[in-house]
Amino acid sequence: MKRLLPVLPALWLAAFVLLPVILTLKISLSTPATAQPPYLPVLDWSAGIEGWGSFLEALDFTNFETLASDALYRDAALSSLTLAGLATAILALVGTPIAHAMARAPARRQPLLVALLIVPFWTSFLIRIYAWIAILKPEGLLSAGLMKLGLIGQPLEILNTQGAVLIGLTYAYLPFMVLPLYAVLAKSDPRLPEAAADLGAGPVRVFWTVTLPLARPGLVAGALLCFVPMVGEFIIPDLLGGSDTLMLGRVLWSEFFSNRDWPLASAVAILVLILVVGPLILFRDGDAATAQGGAEASR
Amino acid sequence: MRALDRIALILGLGFLYGPILVLVAYSFNASALVTVWGGFSTRWYGVLLADIPLREAALVSLVVALAAASLATVFGTLAALALDRGGRFACRRLFTGLIYAPLVMPEVITGLSLLLLFVGFGLDRGILTLVVAHATLGLGFVAVIVGARLHGLDGALEEAAADLGASPVRVFATITLPLIAPSLAAGYLLAFTLSLDDLVIASFVSGPGATTLPMRLYSQVRLGVNPEINAASTLLIGLVTAVVLTASWLSGRKGLA
Repeated sequence: MKRLLPVLPALWLAAFVLLPVILTLKISLSTPATAQPPYLPVLDWSAGIEGWGSFLEALDFTNFETLASDALYRDAALSSLTLAGLATAILALVGTPIAHAMARAPARRQPLLVALLIVPFWTSFLIRIYAWIAILKPEGLLSAGLMKLGLIGQPLEILNTQGAVLIGLTYAYLPFMVLPLYAVLAKSDPRLPEAAADLGAGPVRVFWTVTLPLARPGLVAGALLCFVPMVGEFIIPDLLGGSDTLMLGRVLWSEFFSNRDWPLASAVAILVLILVVGPLILFRDGDAATAQGGAEASR
Repeated sequence: MRALDRIALILGLGFLYGPILVLVAYSFNASALVTVWGGFSTRWYGVLLADIPLREAALVSLVVALAAASLATVFGTLAALALDRGGRFACRRLFTGLIYAPLVMPEVITGLSLLLLFVGFGLDRGILTLVVAHATLGLGFVAVIVGARLHGLDGALEEAAADLGASPVRVFATITLPLIAPSLAAGYLLAFTLSLDDLVIASFVSGPGATTLPMRLYSQVRLGVNPEINAASTLLIGLVTAVVLTASWLSGRKGLA
């Protein structure tokens, strides 16, 4: 009975998560064609072993060579990583005080605070990004407000810049950073920072030497939850970034929908997977190593 | 420090809710210019109700979300049970990875890879492919929520039932299922919301005649800000907020994170 439990979900996951990724890898090695489906080679099942032979021979790395040699794709990869990295750093800076404040709020108010954080997290992504257009555009609320205060003389040119994309990324992913941080901080022993304070450490020193190391696992989890999807983000650069902001998610989208180059779009997808899976493995191993080192040191 | 905590919370929540409140406020703007306040009016809700393509898209989204959430709940619960109760089985690491992959994988990749699968097997793109894609996305979320609940269960209750002679199926039906039911409901509602909200995956896997609400809204958003979208967004925000509050109440308030 127990043995049968994983069978159905495993079949579903193999068919709709694993197989699609394998197919994407295969098509990233194919050549675009004006046909249905728009790529070559297509495996001829009836040709048996020979069919497989000629099929495998026709696969090559042309698309990845294109990605490596064309400045467009290099720039897109670079700006994806830069923007996602910058936004993750901003989120860590902004999210830590919020999570810290939530964890120190009275226990009966914490569930409400968590709910308040979750509601926008589940509210339509598209709509939340759309809402920023009306705020950021030159005749929008931000410019109007700042001009009324006399802080700026003319409307801000911020919509359709990378700055707007950073604002959008920070806004959309804030709950992903705060929730894991809060989960870790809420579970940590409140007596530890108190003890440090009693022993004479100032608030800043307590934060750096006690609170922040305690929050580290939450920070790592939050950074991964934000960074990974941000690298492949499409909606935010598309709506807020203007035509100049290239990000990999957007390049993939336009290769697929505008240029109908499915093999190249697949190659971009594989590139994102490599860029994204790389840090995932790196971080997990690094974390395990630190945990092990810590355990050994405490012995 | 207490004052700093309060400032952090107020600024944080203000940042999260500010843009949403602006959007909702302007949906009641009488003026057609989004940035000029022309007095209170519900005219854009009238325009919205008369917008037939938008209503059709909303219906498609609703049907897809109901079906996808049902599938995601069944398979997600089975996956959570397998991880928590299945003991050791072959490829357990791969299985776990595949459950969590759609949670973090960029949506463009999930969408593209599923589309390539559907095309590769000659499936017509439409409602069915949308349901499969969204069920796969929701499955992981359901597994996480139900898994958290299973993990926190008191095993003694199930053991007692088994000791008293109940078969494994009976233990599951009379003890385990009622205990994890709130998390099933929460998982269902979240899978439903995710499906209702998804633009990117739907754009890849949907075909002609199956335009979802976010796809319809996106095609209008591309043309610029317009008050009718604000009205539609306000309704959607209201619906999703109600669903999330219900889900968060059902799952014992903390399970969603």
